[in-house]
Amino acid sequence: MNEKIQSLQERAKAIRRHIVTMLGEAGSGHPGGSLSAADMISVLYFDTMKLDPEKPDWAGRDRFVLSKGHAAPVLYAALAEKGYFPVEELKTLRKLGSRLQGHPDMKKLPGVEMSTGSLGQGFSTAIGMALGLRLDGGNQRVYALLGDGEVQEGQIWEAAMAAGHFKLDNLTAFLDYNNLQIDGPVDVVMNVAPLPEKWRAFNWHVIEIDGHDIKQILQALAEAQATKGKPTMIIAKTVKGKGVSFMENQVGWHGNAPKPEQVEQALAELA
Amino acid sequence: MTKKIATREAYGQELVRLGADNKNVVVLDADLSKSTKTHDFMKTYPDRFFNMGIAEGNLMSTAAGLATVGKIPFASTFAMFATGRAFEQIRNSICYPKLNVKIAATHAGVTVGEDGGSHQSIEDIAIMRALPGMTVFVPADAVETAACLRAAVEIQGPVYIRLGRSGVPTIHGEDFKFTPGEAVTLRQGSDVALVATGIMVSAALEAAEALATVGIQAKVVDVHTIKPLDIFAIVEAARECGAVVTAEEHSIIGGLGSAVAETLAEHHAVPLQRVGVRDTFGESGKPAELLEHFGLTSAGIVEAAKKVIAKKK
Ligand SMILES: Cc1ncc(C[n+]2csc(CCOP(=O)(O)OP(=O)(O)O)c2C)c(N)n1
Ligand SMILES: [Mg+2]
Repeated sequence: MNEKIQSLQERAKAIRRHIVTMLGEAGSGHPGGSLSAADMISVLYFDTMKLDPEKPDWAGRDRFVLSKGHAAPVLYAALAEKGYFPVEELKTLRKLGSRLQGHPDMKKLPGVEMSTGSLGQGFSTAIGMALGLRLDGGNQRVYALLGDGEVQEGQIWEAAMAAGHFKLDNLTAFLDYNNLQIDGPVDVVMNVAPLPEKWRAFNWHVIEIDGHDIKQILQALAEAQATKGKPTMIIAKTVKGKGVSFMENQVGWHGNAPKPEQVEQALAELA
Repeated sequence: MTKKIATREAYGQELVRLGADNKNVVVLDADLSKSTKTHDFMKTYPDRFFNMGIAEGNLMSTAAGLATVGKIPFASTFAMFATGRAFEQIRNSICYPKLNVKIAATHAGVTVGEDGGSHQSIEDIAIMRALPGMTVFVPADAVETAACLRAAVEIQGPVYIRLGRSGVPTIHGEDFKFTPGEAVTLRQGSDVALVATGIMVSAALEAAEALATVGIQAKVVDVHTIKPLDIFAIVEAARECGAVVTAEEHSIIGGLGSAVAETLAEHHAVPLQRVGVRDTFGESGKPAELLEHFGLTSAGIVEAAKKVIAKKK
């Protein structure tokens, strides 16, 4: 167990290094919400999900939808680490002709299950996937990652209601509870609390964890798999910009790329 | 031309047949299954029917998700809510990733009737045809509706099918041959071309009869596919007749009239007169009264034809 946790921590660190490097190279993009999700993404891609990077279209695979599509760098980093495409290609992020669009594009990049970027929509598409896979009697699972600002969207609650109504126990979502969005802290811009009560009221099984604690992430995912008759929402307390001291909890690092010397400092911290 | 059937009725019936032929066909509705006529599919294939409640945005994105796992979702609600409320979901969840979702929207146009302007979608063709990769069908009768639906299943990618609430005459026979993107010439003539879509096709045929009695020979073209538009047929009609009237149960802004105007301006400019709702909202009334009120009648087309012929050089 300890060995596994350590290797997932290492993987998360590698993902964070990729995030910082590719954003520095791109000169624009979203570091804060990418870094806050790195540990959850590491566990999903390197432990939980059944995937075959050699066969990205394998029907038996689990699905992941990055509903908060602006965190594309964390997804691209995981896909590259996993072997879907060469790590070198991360350098093309946001450049003309790149498969690594500013927000994920399923038609361009293998491994991307849904094109996202317009907040609130990806989560609903995950529900469609879960409904369709269940209809075919498959045992694939569907995962989604939501932002805490994103859940201000009305569509999120339409989807929450539907997933509870359809008892989608093949669906597990993470809520990246970093309490920051673009204009400030989430509880100042538009308070979303209390979140656990809201999701329970929508007939979800709710688990609250520290979203940077690999062990807790693993346990929550195991609990989600064992939960029958309900979808599971893992509310993960996180730090936006996690792992880079000068980005942590700083609202300004939502959508700004680091300068070369900042990339250097960040990589030193993530060594 | 006697029995009147609403295109939504034809949709409901054909949908059950499509469900029998293809087990990947699934249907989503937003608490309007009795009105959109997806109800029969629900009763026949309950496990493949998803009532999403009154939540059209979530409905469209859920349909997109179903398409990613190989389903062929038919997403139904009123045209107003499908294309209005859920526009951005159609754009970003369905069209941007080119997903195989069929949006079958009923209660389009003013023939919604008594429910009034809040429910009468007169902008949906404009909105849907602006979306890259979207196929837009506007069937004229029950036969064409069934043909559009069968074609929609064959097409890989998003399709919008515009359906009506009220009964319309059946104009096509059993032997009707439908090819997506190919307009159908229903009547030959060389004085004026009446280019119509949806329920206005039968009005155009009536108008051509009326025009013939005063010695005007009108060609009638049924444009069941607004996108991709049959540019060849439009240009040919303009060449033959030298004047064009468009007719649609939709705003003259952005719909068939606009599409034809764009085509003529680029390829073969001739005088054009558009019959449609003239930049105003609908209102309550009986469907026939409303068609009369907005000039969406054979008389309205005759008047437009005379006007446009007068402009010919
Ligand atoms: C529908 C929609 N509205 C607005 C935006 C612009 N936008 C991008 S990210 C963001 C803030 C997201 O905050 P949160 O969900 O908390 O993400 P995180 O903190 O995890 O980065 C906004 C408003 C968008 N992408 N989509
Ligand atoms: Mg946030």
